Amino acid sequence: MGRQLLLEHIAVPGIETFEVYRKMGGYASVEKALKTMTPDQVTEQVKNSGLRGRGGAGFPAGMKWSFLDRKSDKPRYLVCNADESEPGTFKDRYLMEKIPHLLVEGMITSSYALGAKTSYIYIRGEYMYVLQILEKAIREAYAAGFLGKNILGTDYSLDLYVHPGAGAYICGEETALLESLEGKRGNPRLKPPFPAIAGLYASPTVVNNVETIAAVVPIVNLGGDEYAKVGVGKSTGTKLISASGHINKPGVYEIEMGLPVEEFIYSDQYCGGIWKGRKLKAVVAGGSSVPILPAELILKTAKGEPRLMTYESLADGGFTSGTMLGSGGFIVMDETTCIVRNLWTFARFYHHESCGQCSPCREGTGWMEKVLHRIEHGHGQMSDIDLLVDVAKKIEGNTICPLGDAAAWPVASAIRHFREEFEYHVKYPEKVKNPKHFEIEPFVSSKQLVMV
Amino acid sequence: MAKVTIDGIEIEVADGTTILNAARQLGGASVPPAMCYYSSLKGSGGKCRVCLVKVAQGSSKDPRPIPKLVASCSTPVADGMVVQNLTSPEVLEARKGVVEFLLINHPLDCPVCDQAGECDLQNLAYEHGASTTRYEEERRTFEKIDIGDKIKLHMTRCILCYRCTMVANQLTDNRVHGVLNRGDASEISTYIEKAVDNDFSGNMIDVCPVGALTDKTFRFKSRVWFTKPMDAHRSCTKCSGKTVLWMKDNEVLRVTARKDQYGEVKEFICNECRYDHKNAADWTIEGPRHIDRHSVIAQNHYEKTDLLTLKKEIERQIEFQKGKPLPLALDEKK
Amino acid sequence: MATEKETIQFSDSALSKAKEIIGRYPEGKQKSALLPLLHLAQSEFDGWLSPAVMDYVASLLQIKPIEVYEVATFYTMFNLEPVGNHLLEVCRTGPCWLRGAEDIVKRIEQKLNIKVGETTADGKFTLKTVECLGSCGTAPMLQCGATFFENLSEESVEVLIEKLAKQKRSSYLRPTEINVG
Ligand SMILES: Cc1cc2nc3c(=O)[nH]c(=O)nc-3n(C[C@H](O)[C@H](O)[C@H](O)COP(=O)(O)O)c2cc1C
Ligand code: SF4
Ligand code: SF4
Ligand code: FES
Ligand code: FES
Repeated sequence: MGRQLLLEHIAVPGIETFEVYRKMGGYASVEKALKTMTPDQVTEQVKNSGLRGRGGAGFPAGMKWSFLDRKSDKPRYLVCNADESEPGTFKDRYLMEKIPHLLVEGMITSSYALGAKTSYIYIRGEYMYVLQILEKAIREAYAAGFLGKNILGTDYSLDLYVHPGAGAYICGEETALLESLEGKRGNPRLKPPFPAIAGLYASPTVVNNVETIAAVVPIVNLGGDEYAKVGVGKSTGTKLISASGHINKPGVYEIEMGLPVEEFIYSDQYCGGIWKGRKLKAVVAGGSSVPILPAELILKTAKGEPRLMTYESLADGGFTSGTMLGSGGFIVMDETTCIVRNLWTFARFYHHESCGQCSPCREGTGWMEKVLHRIEHGHGQMSDIDLLVDVAKKIEGNTICPLGDAAAWPVASAIRHFREEFEYHVKYPEKVKNPKHFEIEPFVSSKQLVMV
Repeated sequence: MAKVTIDGIEIEVADGTTILNAARQLGGASVPPAMCYYSSLKGSGGKCRVCLVKVAQGSSKDPRPIPKLVASCSTPVADGMVVQNLTSPEVLEARKGVVEFLLINHPLDCPVCDQAGECDLQNLAYEHGASTTRYEEERRTFEKIDIGDKIKLHMTRCILCYRCTMVANQLTDNRVHGVLNRGDASEISTYIEKAVDNDFSGNMIDVCPVGALTDKTFRFKSRVWFTKPMDAHRSCTKCSGKTVLWMKDNEVLRVTARKDQYGEVKEFICNECRYDHKNAADWTIEGPRHIDRHSVIAQNHYEKTDLLTLKKEIERQIEFQKGKPLPLALDEKK
Repeated sequence: MATEKETIQFSDSALSKAKEIIGRYPEGKQKSALLPLLHLAQSEFDGWLSPAVMDYVASLLQIKPIEVYEVATFYTMFNLEPVGNHLLEVCRTGPCWLRGAEDIVKRIEQKLNIKVGETTADGKFTLKTVECLGSCGTAPMLQCGATFFENLSEESVEVLIEKLAKQKRSSYLRPTEINVG
């Protein structure tokens, strides 16, 4: 197992309590930052660390922090994005549930750096029990003097609250999240202005993912340069990967950036290989929104180099033969999986979650779901396949927020890499009537037949 | 001031002007269509996406193009910006897509719609749409409902531009209707039956780009087509009293506010002028209202409403606009 | 009952909780408390939000009722119609589907003799399918009230239903301790 910067103490009994967490060296970053560093020095360390946002887009965290309008006379806010609703992603829940003080500590240190006096953790409403775990941790931190007035006797004060969502994937989009936090429908805002200028209550705001904020703890403790030594190139540090699907050991793994994908899937330290002794068919590497890749392209790039778990390596080949690290939701499919049915569940998801504000996404997501439903259930036509490609293209890039893209990419990539399987559904409607069609008789691509 | 080039024509506009408004100052064919933006309603725009344009050069300081198409109604210009609207095949293709999206769940019941003839969606479909639809799924439908005793809501026709909710927020003091549900199940509604009732609530009808909100007091005896729009005014304590009377012979069938060439009302009118003065004697009639190219008076007598027919129908009416006599519609020939 | 207008009123403890929640947001931004208050209201009033309950929340926050309706209808966790004592929400998205979520749904439908979206005649159970609940590594799974039941099998979900049937309304805010092995 590689270096653990976030989950090192996760197995320590009682780590969810303040007492044990503190005993294991917890809250050191708060002491170090508040007592020995200026807020700008903390931001500088985050910049040096090369930390990139862990919520999906991978935007450099230090740069985002430096965009925050510090000249405004309005209060500044830090809002933690704990909405975690991207299918395949459950790392934030794991972190908050098992080691809640890590997030609380990261929130305090980061709020200090940004000059926020009130900060919020926006957590998806379905995680109600996790909200209570966080609230307990926050109460303990208040009691120990790490939150509230004059933290550790300094003149820095901070209040921290947890705010529940109520069932809406779109509220993970940062401006929809802010709308929701203001008590409104989760309709994403038009940008600009960006939250750094006018975010929560039209005040300068930084929105960061749970894992991003947690990573600030080791960054401050080790120093940004030290942190940057972990990982490769512009993918610094460690990353939490949520592994699900047809593997022997689903779960959350902290990996050092740069781990080969093959090792991640087959090593017993991580996923432990494909279940039931079956073969790997495809992987969605970064949450449902990113392009799906067939086995041969997820293990090796089109150039034949081993694919690594980094932002760059996963994206190698662009959308023709690559994908994205995204939120780190690693969904593995074995040889019996019907790519069309899996895609249909994704399309249904985006249709269900579109906020409905802009026409391409509101109308296009439903259209794609209906066509996919038809194809999967044996009522498709050959022309439907190109229709799907075209509808996806008409949505992509033309919407208010990236949910439209997120709905379009899986469709485009599944057809790009698995077109034959779609055609099979059209040609043999009788064979796909049973929902478990490929479990009964796995689909064999003609490409494979040629190779044998 | 900022210099922008739109489809090759340069114009100087005040800083902060949106691309759409810069194009409107320029006028002509390069003005992008707009279905949700409404200049007098704060916060409007950005939603329908029909106004997408390409920014081929961001500004003179940073000449890089913007990678995605942008909503011209909500993107401010920058000095040295180069914008492509009609000159970009990418824009035309994307717009065709948006029009198709707007139409897939639209009932295309133009023959029985009050708005026929002054519907922005009809115009849009004609100018920017494809002539066939590829949508073979079931269309979304809603029941017609009354929101108050003066306004009828045909939700099936709504394109969710949010304008009517903005009118209620910005012109009246008690909004009782809004957008409920989400995604393609979103609908305009009061949730529980409540009357929309306020001195200025009737303006919701005028800002609606389609026939989703219609005037129940419209004495709908013939198609809009056979009514003659006349500019008129009366002295009113609540509003400017400047309206358009939709008349047949000497009868006032309907009263609306005056729209400019982009279909926007600049002076909203009160409900009294709108609903309570259906007597020609109440008004000083100024003369016939000039109808310009943007409000294609499209009257519909076709029974089968596919896009091709729609297109032909509008074509027929555009001919009329140009001053030619209107060829008879199908059902009048007998 | 939550339907008679005059009787809509939070309990004292809920009311003080509501005040505490409102205090988390800056002056004049009390509308921010809307989602947490609707959760509170739903747990106070039998697991669903009637128009009268929503009007009550509007009055607590001094906002227009339509502002509450707009929000309550946007978020899927708010039930706008009565639900059974135990609302079973089975995840149906890709990763859960890969691990057999469809079989779980079928088994529940058989066991309770209802279809997705329906409530049993005795008012004990309502079955729904929902989108990814962030539990894909322990799929298939369902949520009931505040509790996640994970790594389900067709057998364990039957055991779960039998155990739940003996309990009163599942708490919306606090997880239950039920072991289904
Ligand atoms: C539809 C959609 C859903 C998103 N969901 C989440 C989410 O659940 N959690 C998250 O951290 N970021 C999510 N994001 C990304 C956020 O908009 C934002 O980029 C992120 O919170 C920034 O934090 P980071 O820079 O630390 O990654 C989502 C984005 C979109 C477009
Ligand atoms: S892209 Fe979809 S989710 Fe995003 S604003 Fe538009 S309709 Fe809403
Ligand atoms: S009813 Fe008309 S004005 Fe209101 S949102 Fe729908 S289309 Fe727009
Ligand atoms: S007019 Fe610009 S998006 Fe609708
Ligand atoms: S897909 Fe079911 S919990 Fe994620």
